[in-house]
Order: sequence, then C-alpha cells, then structure tokens
Amino acid sequence: MVLAAPVTVPYVRYSIRAAHWWLARAFSALLKSSNLQKGEIDGLTVSSFTLAPDTAIGLTQHLGLSPRWLDHIPLGGASGVVALRRAARAVQAGDADVVACIAGDTNHVDSFRLTLANFSQFARDAVYPYGAGGPNASFAFLTAYYMQKHGAKREDFGKLCVAQRANALRFDSSLFKKPLTLEEYLAARPIAEPLHLFDCVMPCAGAEAFLVLSEQKAKKLKLPYARLLGTIERHNAFASDPVQMRAGWALDREDLYRQAGVGPKDMDFVQTYDDYPVISLMQLEDLGFCEKGEGPAFVRKHGFTWDGSFPLNTSGGQLSVGQAGAAGGFLGMVEAIRQLTGRAEGRQVKSAKLGLVSGFGMINYDRGLGSGAAILGTSKA
Amino acid sequence: MERPKRKNPVLRTRLPTLPPAARSRVALGLTAAAALGRFELQQCRECGMVQYPPREACQSCLSVNLIWKIQQPEGELLAQTVLHHSNDLFFRERLPWRLGLVKLDCGPTVVAHLHEAVRQRVHVRAMLDRAGQAVIAALPSKESSDMADDRQLREFTCDPKQRKVLVTDGKTGLGQALVKALAKAGADIIWVGHTEPWKKFAGFDELQKIPQVTLLPLDVTDSKNVREAAAEIAGKVDILVNNAEHHRSFGIANRQGVETARAEMDVNYFGFLRLAQEFGPAMRSRGADGKASAVAWVNLLSIYAHANFPPHGTFSASKAAAHSLAQCLRAEMRPAGVRVINVFPGPLDDEWNQLLPPPKLAPDTLARSILGALREGVEDVYPGDVAQEWLARWRDNPKALERELSA
Repeated sequence: MVLAAPVTVPYVRYSIRAAHWWLARAFSALLKSSNLQKGEIDGLTVSSFTLAPDTAIGLTQHLGLSPRWLDHIPLGGASGVVALRRAARAVQAGDADVVACIAGDTNHVDSFRLTLANFSQFARDAVYPYGAGGPNASFAFLTAYYMQKHGAKREDFGKLCVAQRANALRFDSSLFKKPLTLEEYLAARPIAEPLHLFDCVMPCAGAEAFLVLSEQKAKKLKLPYARLLGTIERHNAFASDPVQMRAGWALDREDLYRQAGVGPKDMDFVQTYDDYPVISLMQLEDLGFCEKGEGPAFVRKHGFTWDGSFPLNTSGGQLSVGQAGAAGGFLGMVEAIRQLTGRAEGRQVKSAKLGLVSGFGMINYDRGLGSGAAILGTSKA
Repeated sequence: MERPKRKNPVLRTRLPTLPPAARSRVALGLTAAAALGRFELQQCRECGMVQYPPREACQSCLSVNLIWKIQQPEGELLAQTVLHHSNDLFFRERLPWRLGLVKLDCGPTVVAHLHEAVRQRVHVRAMLDRAGQAVIAALPSKESSDMADDRQLREFTCDPKQRKVLVTDGKTGLGQALVKALAKAGADIIWVGHTEPWKKFAGFDELQKIPQVTLLPLDVTDSKNVREAAAEIAGKVDILVNNAEHHRSFGIANRQGVETARAEMDVNYFGFLRLAQEFGPAMRSRGADGKASAVAWVNLLSIYAHANFPPHGTFSASKAAAHSLAQCLRAEMRPAGVRVINVFPGPLDDEWNQLLPPPKLAPDTLARSILGALREGVEDVYPGDVAQEWLARWRDNPKALERELSA
C-alpha cells in the first residue's frame, strides 16, 4: 500500500468560504498533481470540523463525485493516520482502487469559539463552563503536570517551537513568515499558565490531502510514492490515569515497529501531532525515542530543524504552519510523503528513507482520546 | 477584602453576562444537587462506579441504572492553570481566572474553579454559577475566616458582606434575627420594612441601634407604597429578602368566607408579585454592577408549598402560589445572573404554629440557614429537621405524602 500526491492548500488566518470550498480545492489539487480524472478516484475519506450540517456523503453531491467507497472520519488530530488506515484496508480488500483522503476546515472570525462551545457533550458539560479556555486550559494542566513531574522547563518546549519555526520558513504554505527566537518565545504573553502565546496553535483555514493506492497502480500511473510499512490506532487508552501522561502509542508501539521491521533509531525524521509542544514530548516518549520522563533530556540533546540531529515536524508543524482544524491531523502525513518522495524543497532531510508520523486527537474532556501512528518509507524501503 | 469604591453615576453600568449555561439533560443532575447545596456524583447501582462527567451509562459495566449520590467532597490538586485568555465574554471580563485539575478521592478527575488558597488537599463543592448551572469549585481543605472573600468564589456566592440588603418585614422574630445576622455578616446597608410606621413594634429600638439599619415604611399589600419604596432604593438593593408573611391556621370547612384566605394571598402571593414588579427590573439591570452587584432575591416560602398541610390549608395554598411565581421570577432574573433563593421551612416556633408539636424552627436558626444559603451558592433551602423530612418524603413519593398529610 502506498501514499502519493501530497497536497496542501495554502493556509489563511480567516476565510469567508465554507469548508466545502477548502475541501474542493484540496480535491482539485489532488487531481492536478496526480493527472487523474475525477472518475478515476473511486474512494474518498473526509475529515472536517466545520462541514456541518454536511458529512462526507453530502460532499459527494456537492463536488459531483461518485465513489464506490466512502468514509467520514471526524477524529481531529488522529484523522490523518486513521484515514490512511481505512483507505489502505479498502484498497487491500478491493473496495476501491484509488482513495482520496482529504481534510480541511474553514475559519470564520467566530468559528473557533463556536467549535469550542459545542465540541463534545463532556466539554460542554464539564469544561467549557469553566472559563471557556478550550484546549488551552486542558493542555495547560497536562503541561503543568509534566513540568512538575519530569522537570521540563519552558526553554525545553521553546526549543521545539523555535526549531519548528525555522522549518516553517522553508515551507511556502505556512502562515508564519517571521523567525522566532527563544527570547521572543519566553517573553510572550501568558495564555493559560504555564502556556504562553507560542505554545498554542493558531486556528486558521486550510486543507491537506493525499492519495492511497496499491504500489502497482502507483507505478502504472507513474506517481512518486511513499510506502506504508506499519500503522497502529488506539482510542481512550489508559482511561483510569488521573491525568494524561501517555496515550495509545505506549500500548501498541511494539506492534508498530514489528509490522515495519524497524526500530525508533532507524527513523530519519518524525512528524508528531503538535497542537502544544508537551504533546510532542509525550509522543516521542511513548513511541520509544526516549524513556518516559526523559523528554526534557532528549530535547536538550538534539537539534530539531530539518537539518538537525532529529528532524521533527519538518514543515513547521501546526505550531508554525497553523491549525486548519482537521487538516492539522493530516499535516505531518502530507509532509512525510513529500520528504520520502524528495519533494520537500528547501527543507529536504538528506537521504531520508524512513519516517514516522503520529496523530493525536479529540480532547473530549480532560485528555486526547485518539492516537495513531504510521511508519512510511521511500519506494525503495 | 477592600471596600468597593463609590459608584460614579456618570459611567455606564456594565451589563450582566453569564458563564456558558448549556448542559446536557443528564448533567443537570449536578445542578439539582447543587441547588440544595449537596455534592453528588453519578454512581452505578450495579457495580458502584462513581463517574464524572455525567453519562447515560456506566463506563465500567454499561448499566443504565445510575443514581446521583452524595460523595466525599475531598481530593488532591494535580495541576493548576491561570487563564489569561477566554473566548467567552463572562470570563473575559474577569481574567485572570484560576482553574485546577482535581483527582477526587472517590475516583474521577474533575476540572474545577480554583480558590486562591488551595495548596494540595482540596475540598470540593458543587455550586451554582451566575447562569444558575452547577460547577465544581475547589476550596482549601481547611476553612479560613476570609475564605469567602476570594474574588472568584464571590462570583458564585451571594455573600452579604459589603452588599446592600432589603428585609421586607422587620416586625417578626425572623425579620429581626435576619437583620442582626446580616449586620454581623458585614452588610453595608440594611433597609428594614415596617408596615405601620406610626407605631413602634417590639424590638424596634434594638434594630435602630444597629448602625447599618435604615427603617423603611413598607406595606407589601399597598401597590403605591411598594412603588414609592422601590423608587427610593430599588437601584441600590443587592439582596432582597422577602419575609413578609400572613399566616392563619385552618383549612376550608372551619372558616366562613374568603377574607382570611384573601389576606394570605394578598401578602404571600400578591405582595411578592408587587415587590417583583417594582424591584425586579432595577435589580436585573445591576447584575454586573461592580464588586457589589445585585445578586440575590430570597423568598420565605414554606415546606407546605410542596404539599398541602390541611390544618393550615389556605396558608399552604398561598405558599404554593408563591412558589410557582418564584419559579417565574427565577427564569426572569436568570439573564442578569441574579439568584432567586427559595426557603422552605417547616413550622416556625411562633404564635401561629402554637398547636403544632416540636421540633419547631427558631427564628435565629432560620436566619442562619438563609445566611448560609447566600454564602454557599444554593437556591433551595430546607432548614430544620421537619423540612428535611418532608423533602425526603416528597421526593420519595409525593402521593404517599399527600395521603399521610390527610390522615
């Protein structure tokens, strides 16, 4: 199973368009980059927070599509990995030949507040009435707890943010065009202590997409591709932990590496889900790049730019590209395909053969529920 | 706590905003308990699992046989944050805002409004917020004298400290006990209504000695008089306690004509309606008027408002009418964040309950309960053993109570 045609519709802070517009742009860009006709794409997954009242099926009529396999994947930051998994199985089972996985959201001036207020039943009942901080407040708790338990400092989180900004400056579609220094990071205004401005993603509008198809088909279509070597998914893991310090990766990582026949040390880059930097550390620990609690030491030891000792979120991640709703869960996947097909332009990781992409989504109440990961390799891997 | 500055009448009065009020129906179980000042969480009848946030089924055994049960309100603070940004107007106007993540000893982890003095151990309380919905507040495990002064906590309570209060009837034992308790609690001004300003009632001199007290001619059966009183002070009243009451015994057969019943209705129902019409709008407009804003309206009802007590049958009916009207007032006050507190006492130890057996409620005890309700952010108060017992019987089986009372 392979992934091809990585597509990003350049992000904007606010858009007067509907989610459908962004998803249409993504689908159209997929056709353009793959030279396929609309009718040749016979499978579709859609991820979006702002598509309501429509879902994937409404989008088929909106865009004049007639897929023989369709899935709506409303899993936020986990939707990239999950869409890949669903699509790969569909192709494997012969339910579809070419699946378009698209994710996109619009962002009107008041969209974010409305999304927060109605995010989930638990959020509406037990989080939103407490200051309406949304994920900022939830991640402030996790960050505070992590700092106090594992001795992380603001500088550690800052190092990740600064490196990702350097990566984003080499990615045309990112929202952030100015360099960020550690001094600026530290001096930023507080949002929900200990989180400050640059720890929080900026909600925006945008879309991401890629194709999933068989290797044979990709070769036939002469599409550059990345191979899927292993993938895991888990929801609501460790539900009785009083505060989230780990997620499903910690439960399933051995399975992941066994499927791919490689280990964490073999990865040439990693794309974590990074709506807040603490979550990147949690993923690096749970996925076996360092022990639990050693995230801060790991950060101090490595460089995280595209040309550093541990290339991380090489397009800038959501922290520096922006969080276009559910597209945020696709950002790392799309960038990984670029890296493995040699199309990452000014931020190409040298001789990258293997990469790991991780997804994390849906702060339903006090923690993120969905987690997933995939190991991708070049066509030769 | 610093005394609020005098209001500059030229500046615009801030309009009231409310914290987010939307809840699922199942989550209103927390509100139902908080209205009574109880800390209850959902518990599974089959496996005993205590869970939060509220669910439609047990997360452990999937049973739908769930009840709301009083829980040990203790826990451990895991992490805290201070919000400096909020997407909601109410909180935006009140930043910075402290929140805590608390692991309760009974199991679940809860997000809570966090009192400034909390260290590690936490006492939690379910409180009604300005929108009238329950939220969980994390308070210090050891109570201190200035605990209620916490800026955030005062957003949930109606503490009379530094607030201006109207007590509609100073003539009764309860009225006088209330005035003394309010004065002791640090109320800024206490207007005390009396129906017959041309003569001194028992205890008049003692009330006048309290520095905060201003006596006010007020007869709730006189529309014109209520309007005049409102014109004078309605724009300043932060807490209105309507304790004016007309109480006679007997039901239907023991009395001829409707005069007594009409007099009861005129004070207990129409008196309340007159006050609500004249004072309500002014209080509604001052729901967010600085540190000492309009916060509460207290109704002296009766446990007989829930189920008629035939030996005091017409009185019960007037209190039932007042209770119904209080629900209407509650709905109308809610957009301003002004809380309507209903007090449902059992028989008071006064001349009109002479023939009832003890226990009977002493005016001092009732006054203390009302003060407690203001401070603790509850809206339905059942003071004393009789009221608690009636409440339990009524909640358990209202029809059974009706039969028991008619025996």
